[in-house]
Amino acid sequence: MAEHNKRIPVQHIVGFVLSLVLTLLAAWAALRSDLSTFWIITSIMILAVIQAGIQLFMFMHMTESESHNGHVPWNMMFHGFVLAAIVVAGSLFTMSFGHDHDPQHNGGHEQHQQQEEHSGGH
Amino acid sequence: MSSHELKTGPLEYRTQQGQMNILGFWIFLGAEIVLFSTLFATYAVLFGRTADAPLPGELFEPGSVLIMTFLLLTSSFTCGIAIHEMRRGSKKGLITWMIITLALGLGFIGLEIEEFIHYAHEGATLQSSAYWSGFFILAGTHGLHVTVGIGWAILLLIQIAKRGLTPVTSRKFFIISLYWHFLDVVWIFLFTSIYLIGMVV
Repeated sequence: MAEHNKRIPVQHIVGFVLSLVLTLLAAWAALRSDLSTFWIITSIMILAVIQAGIQLFMFMHMTESESHNGHVPWNMMFHGFVLAAIVVAGSLFTMSFGHDHDPQHNGGHEQHQQQEEHSGGH
Repeated sequence: MSSHELKTGPLEYRTQQGQMNILGFWIFLGAEIVLFSTLFATYAVLFGRTADAPLPGELFEPGSVLIMTFLLLTSSFTCGIAIHEMRRGSKKGLITWMIITLALGLGFIGLEIEEFIHYAHEGATLQSSAYWSGFFILAGTHGLHVTVGIGWAILLLIQIAKRGLTPVTSRKFFIISLYWHFLDVVWIFLFTSIYLIGMVV
């Protein structure tokens, strides 16, 4: 990639237009489409991941050879994203037990705790 | 270090010092991803726990959130153009595009502050419920990063105006451009998982 003296930064313009389109698409899917909530959340999360990729690869020079391959720690960035996914998904998974809003569907633990609290208070 | 100095390629990569600083900054960004993931996890776990405060769907307005998103997306693009100008050796181009970037960033911060004040008037503050605590901490941490980035870029612009484009100043400028693009990456996930999902659910 020795063409950094080019006048027009094509890659940036393509990336910019793509991010605008993806943002509008996500907003449309969330606010105007007839998709079910599950599919809205799934599709807009996928769109977000694609957009993050555009920023990283088209704007942040992650793939340029001038960096002599080694000044962008791919493994670290990948590791960071994997950790983020584990922290978020793991927290949601862990906290999904026995903390339902609807008392009918509560796990046994919380009901016991509530009963203990009630009996302790009186 | 001078033995490692290269004669070609972008200025910021020519010295080993510059290469190592850029590598180090990528490692910092990896750590930032994990920092934000803890805030995202807290927010996601507390989702729906609004107590007596208003629901997010009642307060979020698609219009102003989309404007904020477009401001930040455009600022990320103009920041990329500034780096492009820097690599063409144009100090004037770099400064011009970076000032545009900072103006867009300031517009974003202004709208976010206005948004927070509006929510506070409607009864959603840091203290009003678990959900709103999670919201303000997550969105506020991002806003703080943008504010710090604006201050950092202003100082750097002064330095570049005084010293011109050298391996040192262009390395510093390349690093802040990575930071600025990274803030846009975080905002994409904030926009999607807070605002869009908050307006759907």
